[in-house]
Amino acid sequence: MSISLNRNWEKIVGFIILLPSLIGVAVFVYGFIGWSALVSVSNWKLGAKPDYTFSGLDAYARLFGIGERYATSIDAIRFGADVRNVIGFTLLFIAGCIIVGFSLATVLDRNVRGEGFFRNLYLFPMAISFIVTGLAWRWMFTSGDPNVGSTGINLLFEHLGLGFFKPNWASDLVFHLPAESGVGQFLSGIGLGWMASPRLGVSLGVLTLVVAAIWQMSGYTMALYLAGLRGISDDLREAARVDGATEWQVYWNVIIPLLKPITLSVIIILAHSSLKIYDLVIAMGGQGPGFVKDMPAVNMWDTTFGQSRFAQGAAIGMVLLMLSSLLIVPYLTFSLRQEEER
Amino acid sequence: MATQTLPRPRFQFRISRLIIYLILLSFTVFYILPVYLIIITSFKQYADVNLYRMWDFPPVLTLEHCTNPAFFCFDSFYEAWFGGPSVTVGMSQAFMNSLTMTVPATLISTVLGSINGYILAKWKFRYADIVFSLVLFGMFIPYQAVLIPLTITVKNIGLYGNLWGLVFVHTIYSIPIAALIFRNYYATIPNEIMEASRIDGGNIFSVYRYIILPLSPPAFVVVLIWQFTNIWNDFLFAVTLVQNKYQPMTVALNNIAGSFSVQWNVQMAAAFLTALPTLLVYIILGRYFLRGLLAGSLKG
Repeated sequence: MSISLNRNWEKIVGFIILLPSLIGVAVFVYGFIGWSALVSVSNWKLGAKPDYTFSGLDAYARLFGIGERYATSIDAIRFGADVRNVIGFTLLFIAGCIIVGFSLATVLDRNVRGEGFFRNLYLFPMAISFIVTGLAWRWMFTSGDPNVGSTGINLLFEHLGLGFFKPNWASDLVFHLPAESGVGQFLSGIGLGWMASPRLGVSLGVLTLVVAAIWQMSGYTMALYLAGLRGISDDLREAARVDGATEWQVYWNVIIPLLKPITLSVIIILAHSSLKIYDLVIAMGGQGPGFVKDMPAVNMWDTTFGQSRFAQGAAIGMVLLMLSSLLIVPYLTFSLRQEEER
Repeated sequence: MATQTLPRPRFQFRISRLIIYLILLSFTVFYILPVYLIIITSFKQYADVNLYRMWDFPPVLTLEHCTNPAFFCFDSFYEAWFGGPSVTVGMSQAFMNSLTMTVPATLISTVLGSINGYILAKWKFRYADIVFSLVLFGMFIPYQAVLIPLTITVKNIGLYGNLWGLVFVHTIYSIPIAALIFRNYYATIPNEIMEASRIDGGNIFSVYRYIILPLSPPAFVVVLIWQFTNIWNDFLFAVTLVQNKYQPMTVALNNIAGSFSVQWNVQMAAAFLTALPTLLVYIILGRYFLRGLLAGSLKG
């Protein structure tokens, strides 16, 4: 906008028009975050009646099992399981979405007949609620009774001749490095024994969540990559081919590096939505036996509105906020700075 | 030499095409499978629902036990929609709730988004970009970090437990994304067009009315679809802020799914009904849906 045409009163009017929305966001985002922080350090331990007297970081100590009193408390055990689950879920979910999304985008970028059809088909789960997705996949993952027969996905495996593979998806099995294994003994030998424990691992229940979440979000990842691939000029690929690069090298040395900003966006967006995953877990049956598929967001709701322990619930919310801010703040700063340079 | 090497690349070409289509088809199966399960199960009758035959097609020719046959058996849909012995709040009620909540919230937040986006893109006051990034942060917060104060506030202003509370909350938390999409769209409108109008005496209002608004329909479609889908599919706010007869479809579906007395065929019919509205929007306006998704990743 050229400065000569800018009148000051209009800028003021513009700001006034914007003001109600700004106040709304200021109160409902920043004000409420502060309020939650206040609740998390308050004495509002139980019941519907607020009590804002300061009681320190008690709720946080309880979550992380700090101090003799809380080391083996149920809160610390549950939150420990949450952290394990959300880390495992996030890593597998992002890896799965990137592998599936990138592969599909690459394949669809090669002049496929019916491209629009396939693209729309792969993307439709994005339009569906996590509750519907969760319900469908929960039924897919019913394992059946070993004495009567398999059901769900296990039954499909049976039809495909893979009948030996029939895990009980609802069990509390956690895949981890066993302490008695070679690697486990080596780790405890060098003082890293804690790495070989069920505290670090992925449970079967989390795997079912991962599959359902990949089903829902991989089409989105594909769409992002496809948009990126379409932005790379054919001349660039041609130039690399002329220089004698194989198709594999073109991808590895030219295309994947050029898609780096997209990969970064994908990782940030997916990590951020996986940190606060809630609906899907609820629809797939909740926390599971021994918190095998409990997640921080599920814990937060349950603690706050299920058990009426408000300070404790607020503390979980604050930890979630801090984790996602670690991702989002650098990303937002980076994107906006890039925009300014443009 | 040349005649010997020529056929090979062509053969390789065909193999690679075959592999491409095999990959595409296997993923088609992956994406279709849950939908297939939902649809075949919802057309089954109570008597035909058997976990160990869950992948089988519903038996078409044995409709004698079916109350509402129309070539297929629609009993599950009737019970899910109107309620019945096991479903206390039918999906028809929940559908109306979803509609009553989603339509006003979508419309209000989209109009707000257009105005906010216009100011943020074309009338940058000092620190406008910093203000904008502070607003954007609101798009990414995990709502668990505001849920307790939100519940208290909604109770205090008397909107707890009814649909207007949800309309209010959805509108507020939609401000960032709607402003983002409109701002990015308006940034692509050249300032010269505005300046021409200003030489003719146009001001902040008339530029919006006569220049910006007529150019806005594509952005409106994108934001409307985005908001409609997100608000319709919301579960967290609804499960926290309303109960019983005010449940939108996602919460009602979750309750039906959590109840042991509701048969799978009814659950699946309810799931199908819940997914249908947003799915129809996607099928009819898919291109705009995709644009919203891309804009939501900040790369619009």
